[in-house]
Amino acid sequence: MSSTTTTLTPTPAGSAGPAPSKAAVAEEGRIGLRANLRHIGALARRNLLQIKKDPESMFDVLLMPIVFIVLFVYVFGGSVGASLGGNRHDYVNYLVPGLMAMMGMNIAMAVGTGVNDDFRKGVMDRFRTMPIARSSVLIAKIVVELGRLMIATLILLTMGFALGMELNGSVFGLLGAVALAATFGAAIMWIFILLGLTMKTAQAVQGTAMLVLMPLQFGSSIFAPTQTMPGWLQAFTDYNPLSNLADAARALMQGKPVGDSVWWTLAWAAGITVVMAPLAVAKFRKKA
Amino acid sequence: MVDMERIDRNPRNGGNAVEVRGLVKHYGETKALDGVDLDVREGTVLGVLGPNGAGKTTLVRCLSTLITPDAGHAVVAGFDVVKQPRELRRRIGLTGQYASVDEKLSGWENLYMIGRLLDLPRKQARARADELLERFSLTDAAKRACMEYSGGMRRRLDLAASMIGSPSVLYLDEPTTGLDPRTRNEVWDEVQRMVAEGATVLLTTQYMEEAEQLAKELTVIDKGKIIARGGVDELKAKVGGRTLHIRPSDPAELAAMAQAIREAGLDGVAGAQAVPDEGLLYVPILSDEQLTAVIGLLGVRGFSLAHVATALPSLDEVFLAITGDKASTFSDAAPQEAAA
Repeated sequence: MSSTTTTLTPTPAGSAGPAPSKAAVAEEGRIGLRANLRHIGALARRNLLQIKKDPESMFDVLLMPIVFIVLFVYVFGGSVGASLGGNRHDYVNYLVPGLMAMMGMNIAMAVGTGVNDDFRKGVMDRFRTMPIARSSVLIAKIVVELGRLMIATLILLTMGFALGMELNGSVFGLLGAVALAATFGAAIMWIFILLGLTMKTAQAVQGTAMLVLMPLQFGSSIFAPTQTMPGWLQAFTDYNPLSNLADAARALMQGKPVGDSVWWTLAWAAGITVVMAPLAVAKFRKKA
Repeated sequence: MVDMERIDRNPRNGGNAVEVRGLVKHYGETKALDGVDLDVREGTVLGVLGPNGAGKTTLVRCLSTLITPDAGHAVVAGFDVVKQPRELRRRIGLTGQYASVDEKLSGWENLYMIGRLLDLPRKQARARADELLERFSLTDAAKRACMEYSGGMRRRLDLAASMIGSPSVLYLDEPTTGLDPRTRNEVWDEVQRMVAEGATVLLTTQYMEEAEQLAKELTVIDKGKIIARGGVDELKAKVGGRTLHIRPSDPAELAAMAQAIREAGLDGVAGAQAVPDEGLLYVPILSDEQLTAVIGLLGVRGFSLAHVATALPSLDEVFLAITGDKASTFSDAAPQEAAA
């Protein structure tokens, strides 16, 4: 080695490493908000780099919205549109807000399998022996997945407009619908993170997730109005938070009165996050 | 329990960087750690030697805050493992038997990320990554994904990653398990350099050779308990005796020589052992008289000797003497120890 001195020599106990920022030294034990945000940034960058090195991992986000909208609009569009008192175009208006809700669920499911895979790797041991808040590893993952959800939503909306979707509400209504879907999606991600940390294999996570998500997605107002469903099913769909979300997004985008569906969706999102996020972080902390 | 020395507990100069008292961790019926006491003095290397499942990894995971002990306590770099985990994490580095770097990221990206997580400003994190890659001879591979690294490169990157925050205590958990001999030497060289520069290291290993190479102080652990501790030489002396290595001019005479020694009753308790592959005859020696008698006998019988040497017993023999267990647990090509 040359004379470019590598300060490898470990410092005696009591002094910190090579000059971490002042804030870090002052707040040795606790992790301040700014440090926390910096850590989340560094970890989110890791997740982004992983995507960059494995572009195929974006296929779901890029193709899912296209496949779903084409499939549903052309297979069910005619008949459901007719029952809505219109045609296929009316179904596009009905479907797109629902698909926004659905994609949030599917990406959340991918978070569960991804977490299961990722968290069995050695690098997690490194994160857990570092002076960072353990939640930052999970939050970074959610931040990046929300970014992926936004890309999927953008493609969905583009496809929707291409297939004749009309926006009767304001742009703010549209943005509100997107934000609402993202908020609810983030809450659901905590559930799947917990599932991913708890179950042994990614396949098990996926199997369980499908089993739960299929009835929730189809037993809702995402794809079709619920009026023609039998009473017992309507009772279920009325309480299904996905119905709330789909109805709220629909009303916001079409400029119709939202009723209390927005509040119900936000309440569900808040409730799920308050319960699931601490559980997931605790699980991550304890995972041996 | 072979207690070879009282370790000095002066907290100041030359005090203990690691102090473990009565550490217990049970997994159901399995007592992974069953009351472990140990000390590592600042600036020294303590080798923790034991077979698979002895509790070495559990010990390291407790000391690096990955798992919480059931009882007992441990202080590392002045911070309690259970009560002050965050302060502690700023002071330690861990390199396990599984590479703890992100496989998809490049070596440089891994080191930069860790620097940022340790609150280094961007510029410093970049400089530190470059510096450590050069130090660990990884500059050429800096931009390649770790997935493509060889086992030795990965382990070196792991060491580099552990050094970013200049930790005051470094845990090396079986740093060469699963590596080929050449790569193992590379890692040893790096560890020896870090030690020469003053690192406090707690090294676990199941290889006698590794413990001998890297550590002067040893703690032998088995089934979650410390069964011996002391200097490498002390532990060897404890077993008593030396081994006489004899190389005959004609390897074909090995068996005849062994028989002659046996017949004369000069082969001690363990028996003379001819190893044709090495062309060597091993004779356990308990006294200078026995040594003289063996050489004298071989001369009288007209054997021609090419080389004679005495050696302290190997650590395998030491372990055998302490536990009475088969030392073969060690020489097996290292299957991984369960994370528990």
